[in-house]
Amino acid sequence: MTSQSSPAMASDDLVKQYISFTIGDDHYAVEITTVREIKGWIPTTDLPNSPDYMRGVINMRGVIVPVFDLRTRFQRGTTEPGNTHVVIIIRLEERTIGILVDAVSDILTIASADILAVPDQDANPEYSFMEGLVSVEGKMVAILKPDLLFQVDLITDNMNLKE
Amino acid sequence: MSDPMEEFKGVFFEECAELLINLEEGLMQLRDGDSDPETLNSVFRAVHSIKGGAGAFGFNHLVSFAHIQETLLDDIRAGALTMEVDDFTVLLQACDILGELVGAAQRGEDLTADYGSDIAAAMKKIIGDADAPQSSDDDEKPAVIPDEQITRHYKIDFKPHLHLFQRANEPLLLIRELGSLGLLSVSLDSSDMPQIEGMNPEHAYFSWVFHLVTDQNEEDISEVFEFVEGDCDLAITDLGPYLSPDDFVADEAAGLFAPEKLPEKTISASPGKTMVSQSIRVELDKVDRLVNMVGELVITQAMLREQGGQLLSAQYPNLAQGIESLSRHIRDLQNDVMAIRAQPVKSVFCRMPRLVRELTTSLGKKARLVMSGEETEVDKTVTERIGDPLMHMIRNSVDHGLEGPEGRLKAGKDAEGTIRLSAFHRGGRIIIEIEDDGAGINREVVLKKAIEKGLVTPDAALSDEEIDNLIFLPGFSTAENVSNVSGRGVGMDVVRKNIQGLGGRITIVSRTGQGSKFTMSLPLTLAVMDGMVVKIGHEKYVLPLINIIQTLRPAPADVSSLPDGRRVIMFRGNYISLVPLYEVFDIKDARHDPCESLVVVVEGEGGQLMGFIVDDLVNQQQVVIKSLESNYELVAGVSGATILGNGRVSLIVDIAAIQEMALEPQGIFTEPTTPPTHISQEIH
Repeated sequence: MTSQSSPAMASDDLVKQYISFTIGDDHYAVEITTVREIKGWIPTTDLPNSPDYMRGVINMRGVIVPVFDLRTRFQRGTTEPGNTHVVIIIRLEERTIGILVDAVSDILTIASADILAVPDQDANPEYSFMEGLVSVEGKMVAILKPDLLFQVDLITDNMNLKE
Repeated sequence: MSDPMEEFKGVFFEECAELLINLEEGLMQLRDGDSDPETLNSVFRAVHSIKGGAGAFGFNHLVSFAHIQETLLDDIRAGALTMEVDDFTVLLQACDILGELVGAAQRGEDLTADYGSDIAAAMKKIIGDADAPQSSDDDEKPAVIPDEQITRHYKIDFKPHLHLFQRANEPLLLIRELGSLGLLSVSLDSSDMPQIEGMNPEHAYFSWVFHLVTDQNEEDISEVFEFVEGDCDLAITDLGPYLSPDDFVADEAAGLFAPEKLPEKTISASPGKTMVSQSIRVELDKVDRLVNMVGELVITQAMLREQGGQLLSAQYPNLAQGIESLSRHIRDLQNDVMAIRAQPVKSVFCRMPRLVRELTTSLGKKARLVMSGEETEVDKTVTERIGDPLMHMIRNSVDHGLEGPEGRLKAGKDAEGTIRLSAFHRGGRIIIEIEDDGAGINREVVLKKAIEKGLVTPDAALSDEEIDNLIFLPGFSTAENVSNVSGRGVGMDVVRKNIQGLGGRITIVSRTGQGSKFTMSLPLTLAVMDGMVVKIGHEKYVLPLINIIQTLRPAPADVSSLPDGRRVIMFRGNYISLVPLYEVFDIKDARHDPCESLVVVVEGEGGQLMGFIVDDLVNQQQVVIKSLESNYELVAGVSGATILGNGRVSLIVDIAAIQEMALEPQGIFTEPTTPPTHISQEIH
């Protein structure tokens, strides 16, 4: 059950599928192979003393899965989840996590050649969680690397927790 | 693994792992002189089996090394050699090299051709010293039958079913193998053979009666027929002890052999296991799936009880009864399934003797490892994860605990240090102790270092026990010069973290000049526990039932405040601290006044009592422990999570962690230990 989590841009004409979703008016996408499941929002169990984008944990068929609020992660406030909100369950290396987003919009088929660089990404390592940008029907979609999006935080939080 | 050869190889390596363990264990018993005659045989058989398998797969290096070792063992067995303790050390080292060779073969690597040649030479020297001839499989020397070995006479009726050949079995091979067990006489019964026109050439018509005189037991014999089980009628009859060759021949008119050949044939070196346990090999995955499934059952059952509840028992008493007995059965099932996963800690302990040998060699110290309680069983999840901390602690004991040989002699001790590793059950937990007879903790150095590193303030007045426990603080390494053995950044804090991650505790007791003792207390299983579900605000938490002493609602007069703001209540003649769990877990909508909510009195580490303030009790149930770390990370004050009957996740309170968090006086870690007599106990 190995899943590729950080897609390498090996060949130029590599065509991959992505699931796109929205947070407010912004569009994001993750590679479809990392997505295990998309489920409606269900109440979570709060974890004490955890970062604010950590929305708690849910039970997914006997497995405890943490749910992260992507809006909070991007410093856009806190999602007030309702019936329309969804949690995208993503498999990253050894971990399974859920990310809370407003809505899932589409499945995109994108050739790697069409993925554009994020401006000034090199100068801002904290933006490394974006694989690149694509323009779909005039809208910009940021392709995310969820492993970097949360892994980095997990590591730093881990260090902060250690007294 | 579609290639059958690969599968066989897999089985071979699995067996090797077991055989190597047996080998090492046996050799140590021999060295220590507490062996029985069978020990030597089993040691020989282990090497022999490894050699045999390795030959089949063409691992030549392994074969040639094992051959030398086998020869040496054979000579010992034959009484041609008397072994000194040092010789066994060579054999033990050879055992390590054998393990390396097996490992290399498994990984498909090639070690240098001269790998282990020094030990091989040492073994050859021992063989040479005794001027014993080299022997191998083909010219195996007749082994002496030890007097105490009982030779018995068995009658074996073997009647294959017609389809025996179709299952790719060949009686001749079985008969040959049987012959290798001892003295064998064979008589054939061909009466079932039909006339030629009615004969199916693919059918097995013959049956046999064997008389076997052997020192092997019945299980060894039935093992020969292992592969034809179900394809034949087999009856093994024990005709009692075998008296003398003459009796046997007289008894057996057919006498297919000469009696004087008896000693030569009765070689007890049949490649097999000493103990045939009634066991089967099951892939761990399958067991884990079973455990998970039972876990799900427990959750569903909790759900049924919760949903059904009183409504059901009033309306459908039979249904309610059914659910009740279902619960009982599931609990039994769960216990049985967990027992499958239980493993003796031996699987971890067995790695330690080698570690100690290697350490003593590289550090120039002398030490012997004495192990006890290796058969103590504990869940596999625990054995899997105590290996590293245990190795680290042993390393620590040899490196920092024991003095060098001169230092020891100067202190009036035996030049050889002793490290005791023991395991036993106590109070539903497994206790593992590592004790050395070294110098003990140098408290002066520890304290100085802690102050240097800013871990404690220079004016802190610490008890001996508190100083000892400083070694568990992060970033602490006492080695004056950092050796490559220990002290490479990972210190006892990592050990402690690992142990705590297992829901365990570790404490140290040290006496200057006499040594130190680490005590680990670990849960028997990480999979289930009895819990009390409590409500704190809108959240439900689970308290381990084993820690709960009593639940009470104090009257306002019972609650007092300390100058530092902590609240205490009187409980059984002592004041105990109240721990506001809503504060620890940052729950906004919980009740704060203990007189309006409940106080659950729990016992923490070292018997310390605390009163947890909770809103209400929900129910008591068995909970399946799920890991938070597998997908997230450790959360302070929480040992894990579980799923309640309604499908919601609930967190399990880590009482010892709360104790640390809540009762810490000055932020100095003071883990309570079983206080040795010379340490004055601080009362909070």
